[in-house]
Amino acid sequence: MRATRIIYRRELGAYLRSPFAWVLSALLLLVAGVFFQAYALAGDMLSAIVLERYFFIMCGVAIAAGLLLSFRLISEERQTHSLILLNTSPIRDTEIVVGKFLAALTFLAILLVLSIYMPLLIKVNGKITSAQILVGYIGLFLVGSATLAIGTFASALANNQLIAGVVSLVIIILLLVMNLFGAKLDGVVRTVVMDLDLRRTHFDPSFQRGILNLKDIIFYLAMTYFFLLLAVKTMEAKRWQ
Amino acid sequence: MIRATNLSKFYGGKRALGPVSFEIEDGETVGFLGLNGAGKTTALRILACDLRPSSGSIEVGGTDAVADPHEVRKRIGFLPEHPPVYPEMVVTEYLTYAGELRGMSRAETRKRMPEVLDVTNLNDVQNELIGTLSHGYRQRVGIAQAIIHQPKFLILDEPTRGLDPVQIVEMRNLIHDLKQAHTVLISSHILTEISQTCDRLLVLGKGKLLGAGTEEELSAKQDSVMQISVTIRPPKESEDVEEAVKQVLSAVDGVTKIADVLDQGDNGLLFSLDTKRDCRADVSRAVVEAKYDLIRLDFSRSELENTFIRLVGGTDASN
Repeated sequence: MRATRIIYRRELGAYLRSPFAWVLSALLLLVAGVFFQAYALAGDMLSAIVLERYFFIMCGVAIAAGLLLSFRLISEERQTHSLILLNTSPIRDTEIVVGKFLAALTFLAILLVLSIYMPLLIKVNGKITSAQILVGYIGLFLVGSATLAIGTFASALANNQLIAGVVSLVIIILLLVMNLFGAKLDGVVRTVVMDLDLRRTHFDPSFQRGILNLKDIIFYLAMTYFFLLLAVKTMEAKRWQ
Repeated sequence: MIRATNLSKFYGGKRALGPVSFEIEDGETVGFLGLNGAGKTTALRILACDLRPSSGSIEVGGTDAVADPHEVRKRIGFLPEHPPVYPEMVVTEYLTYAGELRGMSRAETRKRMPEVLDVTNLNDVQNELIGTLSHGYRQRVGIAQAIIHQPKFLILDEPTRGLDPVQIVEMRNLIHDLKQAHTVLISSHILTEISQTCDRLLVLGKGKLLGAGTEEELSAKQDSVMQISVTIRPPKESEDVEEAVKQVLSAVDGVTKIADVLDQGDNGLLFSLDTKRDCRADVSRAVVEAKYDLIRLDFSRSELENTFIRLVGGTDASN
């Protein structure tokens, strides 16, 4: 995994030097702040409810950030012809995909860390525990990770950044409405479909409320692994096309 | 040595290359010559292990490129049509990255860097962002990344594409220097570039190998028809000089046809001749003996141009 480290370092450097990434972060934090003020802090509520509402907002922000940080990962390199440097180097497609994914995940983590002042404000003025905040942030990190993996797959699939963005958006929207689809079904299929929902089944009832469930952690890790695997297989298949 | 056997590549259902077979010996400089869409880039991308062939086999230095592409990639440096650079990186930072991707340590790339910058003449811009460099410099950065790990085989796809005349000459000199240390494969549709830099040519057309050999070998295999242009200034008082000169030129041994005559006014008459051999000396002698002023005498097209056009099937082939 030496190549993964090399690619990770370059990609993270590119994020940290990119105006796009910082402008995006600023916009997302602004949106989070505005919603935090307008929705989470609206009216007299228990601090636990305020925190719950905060994580509801931040889950949307993490999903948006995951989408916007990932759709360019591979498709942009393909469009600018720099991907050929990686493709003709003695490294595996897995190392390329994982290196890029981890760099995006690190930047997402930086973005989440920058938002920590909001729950700290709740903690200072209310009665919530650090563990509740930590669990919520673990959830945000995992949701972001799964979204990034979806975007990475779409980016590996499409030759064009715009198409990659649209493909990942469609997949994410589908996974966000699985709960609604599942509600119309019966039996095992209902359970399976509802279990595939990206946030309502695995984030809202648990991480958002400060509850840590192993099955939810496994779901997001499995989702991340599955879409990264698809990304690797797509890269390999493109060499045969 | 590179050995390709029945190599072919399909994009979807469309054949882009093959089946083609060829061998390239160590130390050779080989040119892939062909019109746009002839399959040159596809062939080179397969050799560089960027694409996998649909069928056939390819061996690089005794290693099967399909079964063990990693091992082959270590031995190959590749400059694609568009240099694979990152505009936001500084030249040396980018070259370090490229070296590390090829398995070199940071210390090794640092040690190798001065030599690469010298060879590619990038010393002046080594600390500049690639995004601020001219196209010519970016091409040089592209070559630098291809040689940083000292590969045995160097593959250059259209290395002079988009360069101005001065940059083309510089690039040609650079390739000449690289020939000393690498087996070089170059693709181009610019004949002068190929003829001046390569020891041997592989002519591709519509994905097929149409000819292979040195320029002389390829010419010898063809029914040689050369075109010579002759400019003659006729005496001022003479009449119907065009017919008279035509008779003189037709009588020269080797001239098969007077293809065209163009009256250039004060600059004389330009005759285009089809000939079976290089009979420029006979033509000049005949013109002078007939007491006409010979202003200019040369091949209309280079021998390689003639050979190439015949191999790819005439001037309509590109359409």
